[in-house]
Amino acid sequence: MISIFPNLISGAAITLQLLVTSMFFGLIIGFFFAILRINKNSIINKFAYGYSYFFRGTPLLVQLYLIYYGLANIELLRNSFFWVIIKEPYWCAIIAFSLNTGAYTSEILRSAFQTIKKGYIEAAKSLGVTKKITFYRIQLPIAIKQSLPAYGNEIILMLKGTSLASVITIMDLMGEARKVNVLTFKPFEAFITAGIIYLFITFIIHNIIKYFEKKYGFQT
Amino acid sequence: MSKITKFGLGLLISLLLTLGANAGSIKIGTEGAYPPWNSKDASGKLIGFEVELANALCEIMKHNCTIVEQDWDGMIPALTSKKFDAIMAGMSITAERMKTINFSQGYADEVASLAVMKGSIIANMNTPAGINLSIGGSDVDKALKTISSSLSGKTVCTQIGTIHQNFLESGDVGKINLKTYKTQDEVNLDLTNGRCDVALAAASSFDDYAKKSGEAVVLTGPTFSGGAFGNGVGVGIRKGDSKLLNDFNAAIDKARDEGIISKLAIKWFGFDSSM
Repeated sequence: MISIFPNLISGAAITLQLLVTSMFFGLIIGFFFAILRINKNSIINKFAYGYSYFFRGTPLLVQLYLIYYGLANIELLRNSFFWVIIKEPYWCAIIAFSLNTGAYTSEILRSAFQTIKKGYIEAAKSLGVTKKITFYRIQLPIAIKQSLPAYGNEIILMLKGTSLASVITIMDLMGEARKVNVLTFKPFEAFITAGIIYLFITFIIHNIIKYFEKKYGFQT
Repeated sequence: MSKITKFGLGLLISLLLTLGANAGSIKIGTEGAYPPWNSKDASGKLIGFEVELANALCEIMKHNCTIVEQDWDGMIPALTSKKFDAIMAGMSITAERMKTINFSQGYADEVASLAVMKGSIIANMNTPAGINLSIGGSDVDKALKTISSSLSGKTVCTQIGTIHQNFLESGDVGKINLKTYKTQDEVNLDLTNGRCDVALAAASSFDDYAKKSGEAVVLTGPTFSGGAFGNGVGVGIRKGDSKLLNDFNAAIDKARDEGIISKLAIKWFGFDSSM
């Protein structure tokens, strides 16, 4: 007989792994594209906008299927070096999740950059501070502070997004819950336990973000 | 009477009438994604061996039947929560499932088989054509040993919640990397693109896929029956629903005697797998 809890805990470990890894890559991607988005060159700008438009405008499930089954259907790719990565469901999930959260993160950061009052930058300029230092010492810290609440939300949304990983055979929290369901025919027990574990993880993330907001964010 | 009361009363009466009209009808759940047992045609209509058999059985029972679609992994919970009254979805009769639901007598045999892509190093296994795990014996032991050593360390794919998964997790096949999928379609996809070294499902479903897709999927090793693979495919019915169970058993008897099951089996599987 299968016991629900230990199975789900091992699944939760995979869920956290997926979340942390894809948030890490997503942050790098998001940061990179946010910089491109505030670039004055309209081609660069449009390219970055196209990326975020596509990944925010299509369901994560579609993106996941596209990367997992879609790419695997291209023979050229299957015979190339990339197959080592695409073959693994785990890396397909990481790619899809990172690109997805990267798109949202780039928008969060962009809007944070754009809401910085012009006066700050002008003040720096008038004091003879270089553009580079203005960016690193004034624009960036303000943008990060500004983004904290929205970014916290994005982490929680992504946590829930990772539950899709189970459709490409990854045994994350949702995957384990589905396994328990088909073995015991008790969907309520399986999914309510998974739900509570998700809720618990959300609770922890929420509190971590709140701590950072309190410490580094704008006091309101 | 105010207008609202009249309207409410009218609604109530029409509701009662529809309920009354449905009294003699039953709903049968199927997956619609496991050809040739049950699947959908291009227009989305349910087709397959079990869809036609269900209609034939309903005609015999003089029930008014509707066939509804349900994902495989929610099939048994959907039956117990009364979303429909019977399952006809290539579901094998196993002791594990009998703890939760009842089964009619079997109506067809579903032998399982491993499948690989043509040219795979395990495309030729030295085993008998078929083994029955319930009977056992030295032949079966030897075959399982051959299979275990062939599958060792391989990625083996199968649909979740099936007899095939049970078998692969039973320890009979040694150490494998098991991957489970929501549908057989996805197993087939990952078998052809090379993510799976080998897959396990009903032999008929691989044959069907190879024929329709043109992919070089070939069966390997013996066909499996008995043991974890259960005792044929039957109609799943809620525990306590003994009237419906008896009706189905009687209807299956009659359909078998009249040759209806054989005829449908030959039409859909190409050979007589009725039982």
